[in-house]
Amino acid sequence: METTVLGFFEWLWGPLWAPLWTLVQPVWPLIWTLVKIVLILAPLLLSVAYLTFWERKIIGWMQVRIGPNRVGPWGLLQPIADGMKLFFKEVLFPSAADKKLFILGPIMAIAPALAAWAVIPFAPGWVLANVNAGVLYLLAISSVGVYGIIISGWASNSKYPFFAAMRASAQMISYEISMGLALITVLMVSNSLNLTEIVVAQSAGRFADMGIGALSWNWLPLLPMFGVYLISGIAEVNRAPFDVVEGESEIVAGHMVEYSGMSFAMFFLAEYANMILIAAMTSIFFLGGWLSPVSFLPDGFHWLAAKMASVLFFFLWIRATFPRYRYDHIMRLGWKVFVPLTLVWILVVGIWMMSPLTIWK
Amino acid sequence: MEFKTILFYIFSAVTIFAALRVITARNPVHAVLFLVLAFFNVAALWMLLQAEFLALALIMVYVGAVMVLFLFVVMMLDINIERVRQGFWSNLPLGAFVGLLMVAEMAVVLSGRYFGLANFPSQNLPADYSNTKELARVLFTEFAYPFEIASVILLVAIIVAVMLTLRKRKDNKAMNPSDQIAVKSRDRMRLVKMAPEVELPVAEKGGE
Repeated sequence: METTVLGFFEWLWGPLWAPLWTLVQPVWPLIWTLVKIVLILAPLLLSVAYLTFWERKIIGWMQVRIGPNRVGPWGLLQPIADGMKLFFKEVLFPSAADKKLFILGPIMAIAPALAAWAVIPFAPGWVLANVNAGVLYLLAISSVGVYGIIISGWASNSKYPFFAAMRASAQMISYEISMGLALITVLMVSNSLNLTEIVVAQSAGRFADMGIGALSWNWLPLLPMFGVYLISGIAEVNRAPFDVVEGESEIVAGHMVEYSGMSFAMFFLAEYANMILIAAMTSIFFLGGWLSPVSFLPDGFHWLAAKMASVLFFFLWIRATFPRYRYDHIMRLGWKVFVPLTLVWILVVGIWMMSPLTIWK
Repeated sequence: MEFKTILFYIFSAVTIFAALRVITARNPVHAVLFLVLAFFNVAALWMLLQAEFLALALIMVYVGAVMVLFLFVVMMLDINIERVRQGFWSNLPLGAFVGLLMVAEMAVVLSGRYFGLANFPSQNLPADYSNTKELARVLFTEFAYPFEIASVILLVAIIVAVMLTLRKRKDNKAMNPSDQIAVKSRDRMRLVKMAPEVELPVAEKGGE
């Protein structure tokens, strides 16, 4: 793609291109990386906007309502209108707030949610940074996201946000452990920390040779871990039924009570960007990434998009279905059910891989 | 100057600034956050040295978990800065001694060129060299026993910490969730068949 773009500029500038290129060449890698970052982030933020719309529509239909339908055709401009409204609202500061940290909070929430996309492969070769330790990078970056919540909760200098911040950080740290342990089984069977190689490793297997690739993906042999990962993912991004962080019946609206306007919108963006990220990670680790489920259809980005959309729909569906968990039950599920289950399953997969019955060679 | 060198100086400058602010910040919460910043920049420095596993493990373990708990504790404590400062002069000699010792030890490490460390062959690593894989290979073959023993020691520490703080409350009303899930409707409500009780019309007393 790089050569095509350069060729286009060469054609556009004609004879002026050669002197211009000598100026541009030293910084060209930087420019090209920035272009790629924009190419990832712009569609991501657009999908965040329309994920909110889709969520309201789906929950509306599930509750036999219509959902937003006033702004634009079929309500399609609703997220734009919401964005404009938040953009033009005043950012208020509580009088006793720690101002610097109050501003830092939303930034720390959204930065990791966007930075994690650097290692996500969208299709063969479509990745910003094809690093060896991609899974480690994802775990490290997503563990930083909790700072946005803690800092904003503390800096607001208000009781409810502080309670919510403590709940949130305890919950996120607990579920990070079960997510990480569930991923260890994926690493074991793919023999790599590189996300592209994890996807490629899922293209081989007995069922893939028969033409049904969908049964060779990690979700089937690692089914319990797939379940643990998906549920922990919902808890990690603080979505219903694990949304005690912003349980409106208990603590008003969580750590963002004191935030308004754009600073509130950044928490909102971070939550939905994290949701899409968890959907992308689930699709890559367990659902074969960009691989086609059947051999007669070509692989490609559209499969990843379809898988992400299904996982996201699952999240919304769960939100409309289940009542909120009680806080001690959330902790019990994380520590007493998922952590022992994943530890045992790591052992089971290890023994399976070493036994003659192994399906990973 | 190579781009990497510029990055090195930026990261080191931020590390030193953050480390200084850790001990000079008046608010303990700010101090902890500066410590987080220092960890982050040290991780970036390790990344420059191609030690990506160490760098990411530092972020994951220290920034993502340890410092969060630290921040928890510091936020909940009501620390009086003035009282903390009272013992400054009496503790200064001991602090200065420990500080000088650390400076001396670091000087030994940093003056490696003088002590002949420069004679070690420089490592030219291929592009597909995976620091993580090499580390795992050594850790799980040559050093498997020390590694397992270290993890058992950590486990003991966890169990001890839990046991030290565990108090059984007598008035504990916690419910067992599996009992709750196992409940059937017939355990809670018994439907009894009985003949309908018909209310007989009361004979009207005339004239009242």
